[in-house]
Amino acid sequence: MAVQGTMHAPCNTGRVTRRAVKVSAVAATPTPARTPASTGSVKRAMTMTEKILANHSDNASVKPGDNIWARVDKLMTHDVCGPGTFGIFQKEFGPNAQVWDNERVVIIPDHYIFTSDARANRNVDILREMASKYNIKYFYDIMDRSNFRANPDYKGVCHVALAQEGHCKPGEVLFGTDSHTCNAGAFGQFATGVGNTDAGFILGTGKLLIKVPPTMRFIMDGEMPEYLLAKDLILQIIGEISVAGATYKAMEFAGSAIEGMNMDERMTICNMVVEAGGKNGVIAPDKTTFDYVQARTQEPFEAVYTDGAANFVADYKWDVSKLEPLVAAPHSPDNRKTARECSDVKIDRVYIGSCTGGKTEDFVSAAKLFYRAKRQVKVPTYLVPATQKVWADVYTLPVPGCDGKTAAEIFEEAGCVTPAAPSCAACLGGPRDTFARMNEPEVCVSTTNRNFPGRMGHKEGQIYLASPYTAAASALKGYVCDPREYM
Amino acid sequence: MHLKFQRSAPALSRASRSSCVRIYAKVSKKEGEPRIIRGKCFVTRDNIDTDQIIPAEYLTLVPSKPDEYEKLGSYALIGLPDNLYPTRYVKNGVMKTEYPVIIGGQNFGCGSSREHAPVALGAAGAKVCVAESYARIFFRNCIATGEMYPCETSVRLCDTLATGTEVTVDIDNSILTDHSTGITYPLQEIGEAGPVIDAGGIFEYARSQGMIKTA
Repeated sequence: MAVQGTMHAPCNTGRVTRRAVKVSAVAATPTPARTPASTGSVKRAMTMTEKILANHSDNASVKPGDNIWARVDKLMTHDVCGPGTFGIFQKEFGPNAQVWDNERVVIIPDHYIFTSDARANRNVDILREMASKYNIKYFYDIMDRSNFRANPDYKGVCHVALAQEGHCKPGEVLFGTDSHTCNAGAFGQFATGVGNTDAGFILGTGKLLIKVPPTMRFIMDGEMPEYLLAKDLILQIIGEISVAGATYKAMEFAGSAIEGMNMDERMTICNMVVEAGGKNGVIAPDKTTFDYVQARTQEPFEAVYTDGAANFVADYKWDVSKLEPLVAAPHSPDNRKTARECSDVKIDRVYIGSCTGGKTEDFVSAAKLFYRAKRQVKVPTYLVPATQKVWADVYTLPVPGCDGKTAAEIFEEAGCVTPAAPSCAACLGGPRDTFARMNEPEVCVSTTNRNFPGRMGHKEGQIYLASPYTAAASALKGYVCDPREYM
Repeated sequence: MHLKFQRSAPALSRASRSSCVRIYAKVSKKEGEPRIIRGKCFVTRDNIDTDQIIPAEYLTLVPSKPDEYEKLGSYALIGLPDNLYPTRYVKNGVMKTEYPVIIGGQNFGCGSSREHAPVALGAAGAKVCVAESYARIFFRNCIATGEMYPCETSVRLCDTLATGTEVTVDIDNSILTDHSTGITYPLQEIGEAGPVIDAGGIFEYARSQGMIKTA
């Protein structure tokens, strides 16, 4: 299937500046030239996911369904699963065992940090103990909970921190004790979530037995309308295939709309792969990827690409210029509706945050809409930057096209709640005193990733998942609102 | 699973389906018993996500600590909406469930990768779940921890059975029997997952097969 067209992406924040390029995309992203010596004996055409796994096993080639032992490049854990993971490691490998590689384990406290819950606080202490005992190089510690900025090591939300700290690299294998580890697939790597037991196993051996997933491909072509963001695309896809539509499968995203996105937007898409049941998500690395990665790490990496003749178990294609801003209505991420058709839904609050929708690009987008509207929000609007870096961006970066104002200034003028300390916060409810936790049965528009019953706290709470534009527009309206109303 | 192992005499026999299987698993400590679980069933519907199985506020409990493991069990399935599930899986004030069998629809265990989910169910006393389909991380975690057998069936049992019905799940013969009617329903074979759960999880299995030394 051949697609031809001229691609000329608009030059604004969130888009890569490109010359007009004649795009002739055949079945998959073109494979760059490699010398025969480096390819070895290629037995069959493989997708990017298959190639990455083959490279990390003892096989020259793999196919979907193969069970393989994969070598692990990085293992990530946080405060909710870290203590249990190390507990299992100690029990199974013994008190004198060492982790397989103390520079490949990244410990990122992020879930229940700014709380007085004693067990939550204890869990961060346990992580510190483990980091010290096993000489873990990357432990982003926090000790002074009253002032996050007084903790130079503390980062915030694990998936965003992994990317920002240069732990995400094309061609690598990353496991994390969190379902949204698939977020890192945006870098053209194999990344997926595992439980404590699997993670404990990796700690001791540096390997994991996994089954190679078949790949579903999603081509998003065309020019992104100004009111559409990456979140709208992934909600479109999940709504199309359902919350189990990609179970045990890899989701590969391609097309000119994807290529035109920056890393933040690409991460938003891969982040929600798990919401469709997907095992991992991938986006072919390109200059955008390399620029991002090389600005953050000197470590070498090797990008791999899907072969032109590779097989997909499913192939979807959308012209993004025809898509509309969406929401996932209560109580499922696949309960897809247009924002427009929910315009009669009165809301009580808006939440902008999480690994899915709390990155710099997400706040810049929300700020742009608030600035254009020049109005005040009608409901409490909670802002939780994912990491310290994002928080700093919110307070220092001038938002493009907004007269030099920072996002923080724009948020203040719009009447939003002051941006909070970076963490997962209310995305998943958490301890009762968590910032912005839904403790009453309210209606919330949120840039987060799940809206199952009780997700943000109260079992009868109603959560509409949306893009930062839609969230901002809804805050201004007091109802679920299509962002075009303010553009 | 393509595992290299040495057969050693006392190790678990992988091939035994027709004969009794020694169960060390967390699901049952009784030796010499086949994989047969009889008891009341608790019926759930589609897309039971991990937040409903164990709400996030309880994730401060660390599963590898025995007292916190027990506490997790007391909160199993507490996230189910009250209007749809008037009967609680674990009664208020007790630690264990009356329902060793859980019935599910599609995509059971979707959502988070948290191992607290199968752990809470196992700690509460769940022995087996029979559902149309599972989310992959949850399925994998059931096997890795050995907490609960995740059986699959193509029959929509969640529409047929009611909470409290006495059933027998015969994993060896892949049959579920509804004792209120006598009707039997076919299950898919537990396959490679069975021996791992029998052994008590992936580490125990690997040790029993001689793959790793005892800690």
